Amino acid sequence: MAKVLMKGNEAIAEAALRAGAEGYFCYPITPQTEVAEYLSKRMSEVGGMFLQGESELAVANMLFGAASTGKRVFTTSSSPGISLMQEAISYMAGAELPAVIINIMRGGPGLGGILPAQADYFQAVKGGGHGDYRTLVLAPSTVQEAVDLTMLCFHLAQKYRNPVMMIGDGMIGQMMEAVEFPESYEEPPLPSPDEWAATGARNRKARIIKSLFLDPVGLENNVLILEKKYQQMIREEVRCESYKISAKNKILIVAYGTMARICQTAIDELEADGVSVGLFRPISLYPFPEKEILREATRKNIKSVLTIEMSMAQMMEDVERAIQGRRPVHFYGRSGGIVPTPEEVKEQVHKLLSAKRHSSKKKS
Amino acid sequence: MSQYEVTFAGFGGQGIMTAGQLLAYAGIEEDKQVAWIPSYGPEMRGGTAYCTVVISDIRIGSPIISNPQCACVFNRPSFDKFTPLVKSGGLVIVNSSLIDVTTDRTDVDEILVPANEIAMKAGNAKAANVAVLGAFIGATGVVSFDTIKRIIKVKMAHKKAVLEINYHMLDEGRKLALKTLGKKAKG
Repeated sequence: MAKVLMKGNEAIAEAALRAGAEGYFCYPITPQTEVAEYLSKRMSEVGGMFLQGESELAVANMLFGAASTGKRVFTTSSSPGISLMQEAISYMAGAELPAVIINIMRGGPGLGGILPAQADYFQAVKGGGHGDYRTLVLAPSTVQEAVDLTMLCFHLAQKYRNPVMMIGDGMIGQMMEAVEFPESYEEPPLPSPDEWAATGARNRKARIIKSLFLDPVGLENNVLILEKKYQQMIREEVRCESYKISAKNKILIVAYGTMARICQTAIDELEADGVSVGLFRPISLYPFPEKEILREATRKNIKSVLTIEMSMAQMMEDVERAIQGRRPVHFYGRSGGIVPTPEEVKEQVHKLLSAKRHSSKKKS
Repeated sequence: MSQYEVTFAGFGGQGIMTAGQLLAYAGIEEDKQVAWIPSYGPEMRGGTAYCTVVISDIRIGSPIISNPQCACVFNRPSFDKFTPLVKSGGLVIVNSSLIDVTTDRTDVDEILVPANEIAMKAGNAKAANVAVLGAFIGATGVVSFDTIKRIIKVKMAHKKAVLEINYHMLDEGRKLALKTLGKKAKG
């Protein structure tokens, strides 16, 4: 198929359909409402279900119910709406249900603002709801990648029978870029939901889909079943990308999503000025590419690591954990909907380089 | 050209977003990398609207453009806001139907396009944005006229009269740009 110009939100909606989404539940909120607008027309054309609930709370529980039938279902929202959905996400994880939740993030906390941010990192990656569970989290940095990862989300949700999240900042949702959809949707074979889904108990034993286990041994068993899946995710689902990493780098930048591509521009401009910096971009935020970051950050030539976010040092905690104190980890970020510019990134790099020159002078 | 950045800015309803999108479509048609970034925020009807289009031969990094090579400004608030941001050596295209001042910057080119007047004369006030787009393409050659004409045809093919007015607007814009910059018409 030829390339088409699409807004991130519309491209995500179309990608979900191409990945076989059969049900979509939504409640409007800026900056993701175009997903719902697009699907309000398109969903009926492909015989799927579009339903706008009365609130995000209702939507998340509709998703819970629909996921119980084994169908490919999803929702999209933005930060405050995603907060309202957390209870149901915890229940879905506990009940081992596949669902896709896409968060086009805006600035917070509270009702916050409507401009792009990455401030829901902790919520997405560390578990926004209660209990011993994880959601698999992916983060695109271009509209094309938003398409590819949306499709992957549906596969991973079924593969692990676990909620899968994609988080993109408002920029990913609002920007238009050229995208190409695959001719046909192909994915590796999956176990059939017929083994577990609530599809009507005629001619078979009844099934109960639940997250309630009053017997602590039963509950611990359920948690251990989940834990086994998370360990499998860590082995199989780590995704990341490097940009201009070389033996000449003194500094390694770690950034994801829109922030990563802004850093790419800064890195290109620094390179033109004779300053070599590499970029490590996590694509899966859970599982976090710990080993990969450790390997890149502890190359001999790397003196320090600079984490840059559209949030206040949230991912930095994971970067520090991955690097285990073997390199200093610095942070720069803006919040509230303000997006750092390539100029700001360059300034941070220069600051680090001059601080280092200063300290090495002291030693001699 | 490795990368070109242009901001279109004006009132909501002046076809700002559309002008940017037509240019972005033309970029894709010529196998270039494109990004179209709208202003989005707590906007109100009749308030200001702007979008930035990045057209590049290579992968586009930052979608945040603080200093574009060109600003196409359709009203006075946009003139005041975006003219100072244009890169040195860049270009400002001013809708002189609604903006009665010119830039005092000496390090940028300026093209005055009475876009609303041209559009009214041609019989469709809504086509003013295309005159500015024509001036932009005439001045920069970021995409070819054949391509933008094809795109306009695909996007507006439903009405032949509309199509002809838009072609006319493109031409008028181009002529003004070439005249202002003292260039010879290409192709």
